[in-house]
Amino acid sequence: MQNSNDYILKVSNLSVRLQNQTILENVNFKVKTGTTLAVLGPNGAGKTVLFKALLNLVPYNGKVEWEGKVKIGYVPQNIAVSDIPISVKEFLSIRNGSEVASHLEAVRLDAKDVSEKRLGILSGGQLRRVLIAWALVDNPNVLLFDEPTTGVDIGGEEPILVMLNELKKSKKMTILLITHDVHIVNEYSDYLLALNRCVTFFGEAKEIMNPAVQRTLYGETVCVGAPQR
Amino acid sequence: MGVSAGYLGSLMVLKKMALVGDAMSHVALPGLALGLLFHFPVFLGAFAVLFVSAVVIWYLGRVTRLSFESIVGAAFTLALAIGILMISDKLELLESLFGDITNVTILDTIAAVVISITAILLTKMIYKKLVLGMISEELAVSKGINVSQTDLLYLLLISLVVAAGIKIVGSLLVGFLVAVPAASAKNVSSNLLKYSVLSSILGAVSASSGVLLSNYLNVQSGPMVVISGITVFAVTVALRWKTK
Repeated sequence: MQNSNDYILKVSNLSVRLQNQTILENVNFKVKTGTTLAVLGPNGAGKTVLFKALLNLVPYNGKVEWEGKVKIGYVPQNIAVSDIPISVKEFLSIRNGSEVASHLEAVRLDAKDVSEKRLGILSGGQLRRVLIAWALVDNPNVLLFDEPTTGVDIGGEEPILVMLNELKKSKKMTILLITHDVHIVNEYSDYLLALNRCVTFFGEAKEIMNPAVQRTLYGETVCVGAPQR
Repeated sequence: MGVSAGYLGSLMVLKKMALVGDAMSHVALPGLALGLLFHFPVFLGAFAVLFVSAVVIWYLGRVTRLSFESIVGAAFTLALAIGILMISDKLELLESLFGDITNVTILDTIAAVVISITAILLTKMIYKKLVLGMISEELAVSKGINVSQTDLLYLLLISLVVAAGIKIVGSLLVGFLVAVPAASAKNVSSNLLKYSVLSSILGAVSASSGVLLSNYLNVQSGPMVVISGITVFAVTVALRWKTK
């Protein structure tokens, strides 16, 4: 089904029920092409399940309508690599063996330095970049990113976010990312979807700095750039 | 047999199912017993029981969400008990449990080679899919891999190799061949290619050196294969410890 030209994704009355529990209920939102949507919510709110529904990895009721020619790249929050002897090159070769070096360079990694290293010994930031490289292999126009800075030390977070922003502009991508970080919402996102089984807020990302919105999301005012009362 | 068991076992160790291989070799015992009782090739009986058991275990795992280890653990103890009850001749029982390479015929050898090559080729086709499923089931599914079907195919291939190996090393020890050479290779491998190839080589080294030693010392082959393989494992542990 075709959306209007502005929207790459339209979600209507999405509900997900897993193991006799309602995880998501009546979720509605739209995503404009070329924008970044931050998905925020407490643990257990259904954020990762939302992504799985968008990728058709879990059964759902309702509608998930992607624009006709969409190609989606997915970066999960966690992968199990500590005990598997697989190198970066072998991992990326599962998707495309011919251009490993260029995929690594696209995420600012030196192919000569990392391609023969085991995934399990990479730093958090390096592993995140390799996963982004994996997601970018077949030139997606949408990137679904589950917690971009998980496992990354504080110094390593900003370069990844800057790199994502640059990729978004250069490759004209639409990005959906799950985050707990207000800074990411405020600085790197265009729109915000707050979830807690249902949608508690959907609007422009800069509204995260509005005390009234923060009270809705967190139950009390968060003193990050908000006016004192 | 050592090559195929080592190669397939490399995935079993990564999936943390090393003891499952051992348990599955015991599950084959009632099939072995049927072959002995009704005078048909024991490999066919073993494989038939393993095939059915693999499908049932896989299905129960998907439906109940219990781990493979729990389900196989229950299945193997039951199968071992039934098998021992069915095999009344002590000599045949010992041969079933520990193997006897002196009783391996030319036909058995040809069958083992054909089965090994088939199992290796089929496993090679699904190797990366299985590894991706271990790294992240979500990534695998999003890439269009049917993780459930791939797991079932792998279980059936393991059943094939276990059934073929029982005659040579016996049901008690064939599980060793699918676990220990791969565990040895993992101690000294930095990438998947090295790991899978080394698992195969160490499987072959354990099997062949064990058989040669058993011939030289005039003892049963099964236990010598194990002693040989454990020696290799100890060496790799020492090498790993030294490089830390």
